[in-house]
Amino acid sequence: MPEILITLAIIIVKVITFTFVVVLPLVPLSVYFERRFSAIIQDRVGPNRVGIPFTLLGMKKDFHLFGLIQPIADGLKLFLKEDFTPDHVRKAFYWLAPALTVVPALITVCVIPFGPDVTLFGYTEKLVIADIDVGPLFIFAISSLTVYGITIAGWASNSKFPFIGGVRSTAQMISYEICLGLSIIPVLLYYGDLNLSNIVNEQAKNGWLLLPFWTDGKLSLPSAEAALFLIPAIIAFLIFTISIFAETNRMPFDLPECETELVGGYHTEYSSMKFAMFFMGEYAAMVIGSALIITLFLGGWSLGFGFDQAIANFSIGDFQIGGFIHIGVFLAKLIAFILFFILVRWTVPRFRYDQLMKLGWVIFFEAALINVFLAALIIAAPEFKTTIIASGSVILVAVTAAIIWVAKVSEPPAKILRA
Amino acid sequence: MSDTASSTAELKLPKDLAAEKGMVNVQIDGVWYQFPKGTRMIEACRSVKKDVPYYCYHPKLSVPGNCRMCMVQMGMPPRPAPGQEPVRDENGYEIIGWMPRPAISCANTVAENMGIRTTGDLVEKCREGVMEFLLINHPLDCPICDQAGECRLQEQSVGFGRGVSRFIDMKVKKPKNVDIGPRIRLDDERCIMCSRCIRFMDEVAGDAVLGFTQRGTHTTLTVHPNRELDSNYSLNTADICPVGALTSNDFRFQMRVWFLKETPSIDVNCGTGTNIVIHTRGNTIHRITPRQNDAVNSNWMPDSHRLNFHYIDSEARLTEPLARENAQHVGTTWTKAIETFTAKIKKFAADEIAIVGSARMTNEELFLLEELRSVLSVKNFSLVARNGEADPLLIAADRNPNTTGAKIVLKQDDPYHSLVSIRSGVQSGKIKALISFHEDLITDAGFTAEDLSKIDFFVQSALLANPSAGFADLVLPGAAFAEKRGSMVNLSGRLQRLNRAIEPPTNTRDDWEILRDLITAVSGEKSTLHSIEDVFKKIASTISAFDGLTLSKIGAQGVVIQETGYKIALLENERARKAAGIING
Amino acid sequence: MATIKLNRPKLDAGEKIYLGAIFKGFFLTLTHAIKSLRGKSAGAEGLASSGLGVTMQFPEQRWDEHMPEYYRGAPTLVTDEQGRERCVSCQLCEFICPPKAIKITPSEIPSDDPWAKVEKRPLEFDIDMIRCIYCGMCEEVCPEQAIYLRKDYLITGTSRDQMVHNKKKLYEIGGVRVGLVNKWNELK
Repeated sequence: MPEILITLAIIIVKVITFTFVVVLPLVPLSVYFERRFSAIIQDRVGPNRVGIPFTLLGMKKDFHLFGLIQPIADGLKLFLKEDFTPDHVRKAFYWLAPALTVVPALITVCVIPFGPDVTLFGYTEKLVIADIDVGPLFIFAISSLTVYGITIAGWASNSKFPFIGGVRSTAQMISYEICLGLSIIPVLLYYGDLNLSNIVNEQAKNGWLLLPFWTDGKLSLPSAEAALFLIPAIIAFLIFTISIFAETNRMPFDLPECETELVGGYHTEYSSMKFAMFFMGEYAAMVIGSALIITLFLGGWSLGFGFDQAIANFSIGDFQIGGFIHIGVFLAKLIAFILFFILVRWTVPRFRYDQLMKLGWVIFFEAALINVFLAALIIAAPEFKTTIIASGSVILVAVTAAIIWVAKVSEPPAKILRA
Repeated sequence: MSDTASSTAELKLPKDLAAEKGMVNVQIDGVWYQFPKGTRMIEACRSVKKDVPYYCYHPKLSVPGNCRMCMVQMGMPPRPAPGQEPVRDENGYEIIGWMPRPAISCANTVAENMGIRTTGDLVEKCREGVMEFLLINHPLDCPICDQAGECRLQEQSVGFGRGVSRFIDMKVKKPKNVDIGPRIRLDDERCIMCSRCIRFMDEVAGDAVLGFTQRGTHTTLTVHPNRELDSNYSLNTADICPVGALTSNDFRFQMRVWFLKETPSIDVNCGTGTNIVIHTRGNTIHRITPRQNDAVNSNWMPDSHRLNFHYIDSEARLTEPLARENAQHVGTTWTKAIETFTAKIKKFAADEIAIVGSARMTNEELFLLEELRSVLSVKNFSLVARNGEADPLLIAADRNPNTTGAKIVLKQDDPYHSLVSIRSGVQSGKIKALISFHEDLITDAGFTAEDLSKIDFFVQSALLANPSAGFADLVLPGAAFAEKRGSMVNLSGRLQRLNRAIEPPTNTRDDWEILRDLITAVSGEKSTLHSIEDVFKKIASTISAFDGLTLSKIGAQGVVIQETGYKIALLENERARKAAGIING
Repeated sequence: MATIKLNRPKLDAGEKIYLGAIFKGFFLTLTHAIKSLRGKSAGAEGLASSGLGVTMQFPEQRWDEHMPEYYRGAPTLVTDEQGRERCVSCQLCEFICPPKAIKITPSEIPSDDPWAKVEKRPLEFDIDMIRCIYCGMCEEVCPEQAIYLRKDYLITGTSRDQMVHNKKKLYEIGGVRVGLVNKWNELK
């Protein structure tokens, strides 16, 4: 077989496996978790009934499987619902919008590293669909297309609540895109690399960004630089995580679709599978967002504490298949983070729109900006003289103080609310 | 009260001011009013909206004063000793000396400088006592009693009673469910011995068959031996019975009164035009009761008229337009029926067509019928006279409710006279097309089946299936009196209004709409009549007697539009009794 | 428009950062979730929880024995110990019924009936269980102690007709009720 065909076959296998076998099933799974977890939080039971109806076949008990089949039943229901297109919508855009939300979310899967190299049949392959050198940039570029889907949905629905939802979404996503981009610059500076596989490899070797407790695969206290870099790393992590919440329109930033104000927001006029695609796009974005956070800050597929090398070398015969175990680790982390998303949703109340904008523009934007300089200073410290570093720190503190002061004085005076 | 001319040289006293107008000053609950001399205290209180409860009193009946419910506290100025001036307050009224015992307000008339208290400890205690006595032997029948909901005993027990009974002995047993007449049933346990029914039968109906037997607790209302309460006015006793002792067999257990919607209207069974209230629930009439109109029927109405409404939802009711096809009637639509009518009627010359209307139609319908006549330029046009026996009270010999109205609207002195010529025209074959509205030609207008079979094109508008409708080529179902709005003029020239109490069956139409559509179809001109008000406006603008009137201006009591000199016997009787001071009126 | 000046509480620096409160919230939610998972939610015992939250697993677990005395299930008609149908069709329940679920056709008791002295009884008595809201007003208003809300709560049917309880069905569910006031017995 010519080399090119094998490469192509491998790529196709990877695409199908990672998007349709790994990530896509995570969407209904996270819906299930969402419903089950929220039920437990609220003293309820949640979906626990749908299973295989053995009683219909004359047996004594149904097979419930904790209701895990519920998402399939939901999907089936959505498929079978009438796909209704209201009379007043702008048809072409109305049809395009759902696809525009779900496709970018799935495209971003291609740069996420699911594991280290595996060797099968003598071929060594990375467990990532496209091992490109501009991973994070690619993700930002593609995922910011999602906003078009939502905006177009809102506009094409030609009705007021979807429109308000669409406009809110546009403003929100554009605002938080900036924080999102700025907040990971320290991370990229630290690793000096834009290849996500390399970043994760580095983390597996020398400790996760937020947990740098091993060096070269051996447990050790973090170096001074790594310890010091924890400060900008944590700031970056906070801003990035919260911005991801805003980008994925999750509670507490779900203003584009808040039921209490806008009926269903931008997807009010949608039904059946078109609605399901919005729903899917949203949860896919959540999955990808979690994957990105894990990859950048929490070691990606790495198990950490010096086990990674051993796992990576695990092989049966010629097949070095430790990478598959790492996929398991990665998925475990991913589900844990999705559960965190859900926990946030059922804990924190929704923001007011002005608070949302203020948080994005006045706090996160400035904080991320300062964080970039802080990180640069810490990284550059070993290479420059103390005086330069000291004066740099002084300037940074002065600038920070100035920004805080400006933010304070620009605050409008105590508001008189009209009742 | 001595003359006080010397002290009022320059200032006239209130009593003199009132006396000039034939009035007396009376203080009711601390406020001074003037009433005509001879007014009963209870009427005086009622006229100033001070409610005095009562059972036996009825303005149209004599006053026995036996229920004692209307007791009030009364006071008069003390008689001054000889030579002593009466004590007056700053307004010139004498100081009232209140009597220590209450007086019944129904049997006493007002006097100068009298004081009445309708509230206060004494009055309230008296009422409580009276209520307690009345309730001692009253059974707990309310759940099965037809009167519940409009029962004075219930209402006043809530308003003035004690709420708790102290009576622990057995209640007195009396006959229940007694069949005392064909239309009335008696429950003696419920009776509170107010004697209204006895007085009504004696004084108004002139058939004194009711009376009390036994004494004290055991007093029992009953009919005279070998007699029945079979007067044609017997159901009025059920109306005036303040409790459920007398109930109507017809209405018995049909519907609780609190479900009934009341629609004021008028009776259409004779020329008197008795004012009525139609009680309906949903689309069903459950009963009809008289409505007070002192210029028409006082408070009463005859049983025969009152019960004549069951035909409205009878099996015979026509519910859709019918056209004859091969000797059989088949249902059709209104559009088709009217098209058929136009197509066929145009084939006949004007003198081959005759129209027979009814004086049971409203003014509006007659007006449109006249318009149809002129559109078709028909000469043969008549209504059908309907005569019966007059009774000495309310029922008129003329059983058509709108004879006077027909005379005015059709501008004819005798709208019935050409019926004979129409009949002979049909018999001789000169008249080939006949349009009949609300008259069964065989039963009411003297036609024979043979006559009707000679007619080439026979259109019948009717409510119920009837012998002559069987011959009709086109049957147009109309609306009954309770299903339509409109106006009629009674024999004494009073214009009165019919109101819609229920909806006609889905596929039937109000008669004025049928006529309007026929006129539009025949004349080919677009009609400007969109509601019954439009029709009435058109009448008002063409006929001088209706000048300046609208349907709503007619009001509940009607308007006299023509003096006919017709006297209603019952009213004459009532006036005489009022003049004699027997009743209050 | 009235102008209202609101005095916002003064927040210290820690509160302003807001993160502390959020983490406190996470902790609260999580502890609650864990409690719920262990079936230890507040009130779980009283509500006969299935072991998860406070919820009961309905078709398998029934709460019939937990049902309070005052439970309002399907309205029914009752007969008394003498076998007399207590309803006299006074139609007060029909009147009071907020969703107008009750429809009564009254009739007279024929004179040869042993209870002819009661005079009145329902010919038809229909309760539309699709309309019924189980408010119990019919029971409260009944002057004859004839209508009671029983503990039947599984009212199902496959057509609208099946959901209308007629007189026969109502007496069937209602059964006999003893110890009521028998005011009609005192009559001769």
